[in-house]
Amino acid sequence: MIYLSLIVLIPLAAVLWQSAKGGAGGFLQQVSNPEAIAALRLTLLASLVVVLINVVSGTLIAWVLVRDSFRGKGFVNALIDLPFALPTIVAGLTLLALYGPKSPLGLNIAYTKAAIIMALLFVTLPFVIRAVQPVLAELDHEMEEAAYSLGASPIASFRRVILPNLLPAILSGTALSFARSVGEFGSIVLITGNVPFKTEVASVYIYGQIQSDNVSGAAAVSVLLLVISLLILLAISGLNRWGTRHDR
Amino acid sequence: MTARISLRVVALGYLALLLVFPVAMVFARTFEKGVGAAWAAVTSPDALHALWLTILVAAISVTANTVFGIVCAIVLVRHRFRGRGLLNAVLDLPLAVSPVVVGLALFILYSRTAPVGGWLAEHGIRVIFSTPGIVLATMFVSLPFVVREVMPVLREIGTEQEQAASTLGASPFQTFWMVTLPAIRQGVAYGVVLTTARAIGEFGAVSVVSGRISGLTETMTVYVQDRFQNFDLVGCYAAAVVLALIAIATLLLTDLFKPKEEQ
Repeated sequence: MIYLSLIVLIPLAAVLWQSAKGGAGGFLQQVSNPEAIAALRLTLLASLVVVLINVVSGTLIAWVLVRDSFRGKGFVNALIDLPFALPTIVAGLTLLALYGPKSPLGLNIAYTKAAIIMALLFVTLPFVIRAVQPVLAELDHEMEEAAYSLGASPIASFRRVILPNLLPAILSGTALSFARSVGEFGSIVLITGNVPFKTEVASVYIYGQIQSDNVSGAAAVSVLLLVISLLILLAISGLNRWGTRHDR
Repeated sequence: MTARISLRVVALGYLALLLVFPVAMVFARTFEKGVGAAWAAVTSPDALHALWLTILVAAISVTANTVFGIVCAIVLVRHRFRGRGLLNAVLDLPLAVSPVVVGLALFILYSRTAPVGGWLAEHGIRVIFSTPGIVLATMFVSLPFVVREVMPVLREIGTEQEQAASTLGASPFQTFWMVTLPAIRQGVAYGVVLTTARAIGEFGAVSVVSGRISGLTETMTVYVQDRFQNFDLVGCYAAAVVLALIAIATLLLTDLFKPKEEQ
């Protein structure tokens, strides 16, 4: 407990303390700085887009990994965890190598908003897949077969039988990828160019404020990010309760 | 049948474009100018120092977090006390907090103008822009992994064997060393691998607290960024490949240690 306080709680409390030093007025002034607002808006918007793409692509990939069988499936399955293992700065660099200025595909998305989305999709890839996969694997075939034999089309049976069962897993994977997207730094810093008001996200803004010695401004925006992470943690624990409500 | 194939193609295509091709590209770029140039780049003094610092920092944080993780998991699983729910929730914080915020937190607490940092500086200990700061940042971000891997295993094995050991006269320490630890060793190993990977790969928090002084406080990930900003692409890609190889090795190891049911 002491260890935890020393390593985690006291430093985070220091951020709160720093942001509160200027009083409520000072805090509001720091947060309502137009550059800060633009960065926060971009962060939330980009995270939202990323999460929506992840819901579809993650569920689809989980489906293929569980229900389909083809050569090299084990390899693909192991590959999914690569974004967790790969340092974020390397993740950014790999995307820059393929989709950057010297792209062999002739596709240059460096320093645009699309690059932010791309980087976030890379680092959050495993969350929805890994949440949905075990649930889908445990799911009874019987219910689906019942739906088919009662004349449901594949789409109807997916939508009305499978999807409701997967929903808690999809949502908790989504919440995790949202949390990750909001705070992501390493993979974004190389590929976005960090142009204020255009491609600067909140974490990069905080970094910039620290570098230019405006610690209070950095702390104020950090507090907002901390609140978002706390809300997401609460949402996830709520979702877990809801997902296991039938077991209790 | 066609639906199944097209789903498969879409899924694999998405993975290829997002994951496989970019990573392969970095390997290709590294060896564009020959293996010799890449080798020279990773064996330059700054690169070697960055690698050594990364290993040192990872070794300290992994040891600390492993000991803490085992103790904390035992406390959380085997004891009931007030604030247990809170402790459990706080453990996940490092996974949800942005690395830059972690760096800022340490910066505020330990910089020379802060009370704690000032007191330490008077006693000749520098935390920010020096190795202790990097270690603290790394410990923060890699904290939850061992706890989270050991907890389910502890719950699974139950207390019967431990009780049997104590009735047969084993001291609590003997029970832990000879009964509990061997039973949870796989969970511990898996947690250690995950912690190591996170510790080696940490960038955001380290780049805030380290001051990025080349040859002194640069870890491998910060070195990658430094080379990139200095337009030394060979050095940058070569260092990235070293990190990517470590990541791939981690993946192989996790596969080995993964709890059996998950395989």
